[in-house]
Amino acid sequence: MSKVIRFAVKLSAIITFGVLFFMIGHILIRGIPNLTPSLFGLKYTTKNISLFPAIITTLMLVVLTLLVATPIGVFTGFYLIEYAKKGSKLVEIIRITTETLSGIPSIVYGLFGMLFFVIYLDFQYSLLAGTLTVVIMVLPLIIRSTEEALMSVDDSLREASFGLGAGKLRTIFKIVLPVTMPGILSGIILSVSRIVGETAALIFTLGTATKIPNSFFSSGRTLALHMYVLSTEGMHVDESYATGVILLLVILIINVLSTLLSNKLTKENRNE
Amino acid sequence: MNKFVIKNMNLYYDDFHALKNINMNIHEKKITALIGPSGCGKSTLLKSLNRMNDLVEKCTIKGDILLDSEDIYAENSDVNLLRKRVGMVFQKPNPFPMSIYDNIAYGPRTHGVKNKSKLDEIVEKSLKSAAIWDEVKNDLKKNALRISGGQQQRICIARALAIEPEVLLMDEPTSALDPISTTKIEELIQELKKDYTIVIVTHNMQQATRISDKTAFLLNGELIEYDKTVNIFSVPKDKRTEDYITGRFG
Ligand SMILES: Nc1ncnc2c1ncn2[C@@H]1O[C@H](COP(=O)(O)OP(=O)(O)OP(=O)(O)O)[C@@H](O)[C@H]1O
Ligand SMILES: [Mg+2]
Repeated sequence: MSKVIRFAVKLSAIITFGVLFFMIGHILIRGIPNLTPSLFGLKYTTKNISLFPAIITTLMLVVLTLLVATPIGVFTGFYLIEYAKKGSKLVEIIRITTETLSGIPSIVYGLFGMLFFVIYLDFQYSLLAGTLTVVIMVLPLIIRSTEEALMSVDDSLREASFGLGAGKLRTIFKIVLPVTMPGILSGIILSVSRIVGETAALIFTLGTATKIPNSFFSSGRTLALHMYVLSTEGMHVDESYATGVILLLVILIINVLSTLLSNKLTKENRNE
Repeated sequence: MNKFVIKNMNLYYDDFHALKNINMNIHEKKITALIGPSGCGKSTLLKSLNRMNDLVEKCTIKGDILLDSEDIYAENSDVNLLRKRVGMVFQKPNPFPMSIYDNIAYGPRTHGVKNKSKLDEIVEKSLKSAAIWDEVKNDLKKNALRISGGQQQRICIARALAIEPEVLLMDEPTSALDPISTTKIEELIQELKKDYTIVIVTHNMQQATRISDKTAFLLNGELIEYDKTVNIFSVPKDKRTEDYITGRFG
């Protein structure tokens, strides 16, 4: 019996890795030969199919979204755990809302973003509409990871700090925050990955313009959107694969950087 | 001299009456032990002395607790200042996840000491008073979580001493420790008595007889008997005290 189970476990591991390797291998094999210098032209034309503007737009969207979502999300998490009365109505409402929001498929955010930001507020397809839509999408992630990090902080540490005559703010900044940093950071990293990989929430909010947005009110396209558009149009499948390679690379870089960063932070905080 | 005067004090957790009409004086520079069976309210009484109960929602206190004849629950009393004067050591060692040095310096920094050489001096003095200086003087940068439980508890005592409190509250400070560490901490408490008023909760009756000057016996939130430790353990006046110290219940 145990042999059968062991075999099944091995088999599923092999299948999982097999599929993953096949996918990545497939993208790399089809994509790398197509990574021509012209793909990195400063401007997109129908000739060079440059993905450079998309890289910049992706970065812009990530940075803007984090600038808005991180403070709101982290503060909300701190409010819920450190300040709000346990079990109060408001806390319950916020918690149910975030839980519901984090389970919603991203196309729903896209639809809401289009109806509310693009049409009702008349932002058109724009960096602003795209950013705000994605902010709503990643907020629950950041709030919940902050909350979970805070809940894992041993109350005896808070007691020790209060017992020494420290106030609430000092306790939060000097004792609680350093311990929760890695947890908060992992929520932010998760958000970055979601933003970089997102298409459904962006296609009708950020739009798909090919140039780099030069204001909050102009449209643009992220790498993932660029790839999506190229492959649906069907005319530039090779370039689409090449874009896929770059997208993989971007995600790899984000993961490596964030791991390094969080290791560094955890270390500093342990004073080693 | 009375350090604390507790008058007709009642404490409620929501509608649970946890302390019932407590009247008791705590002497300056003496060791007062609180004993009694689990759940009788020892920790609750201890925590009401530095207002750690404030952190518990729905905890209400009636009556007076005076520290040097000032009501610590008065509206204009500063709770952070109170906790600077009345330090606390907890049952489970709870050092901050930072270096030994930063642990000790946390309190003084909180109360405005910034000068590096002044901080160095406080750290050394506190670690010496807590009888742990020799063991850690070469490792001040080491993370305080990476030393033994007994050492951690003495770090916590040093951390409490660093803000130069007048009173030290200790809630079963040795219950999580091995016998050798326990002996060290008991000796340390005896030593500290010279400069500090100490209130200690203990489950261990031998410990109470070994170190304390006065002992209070609590049962179900009531102060049953409070007297010199020798009297409590040799000629208890109340039948319930006698039953408890002879191990007939609890
Ligand atoms: N935060 C709280 N909320 C509600 N009830 C509490 C709270 N803390 C303590 N109690 C109750 O108050 C009573 C006294 O608790 P306390 O912790 O003071 O007992 P103790 O004598 O220290 O017990 P032990 O020896 O087990 O530490 C107990 O019945 C306990 O259940
Ligand atoms: Mg207790």
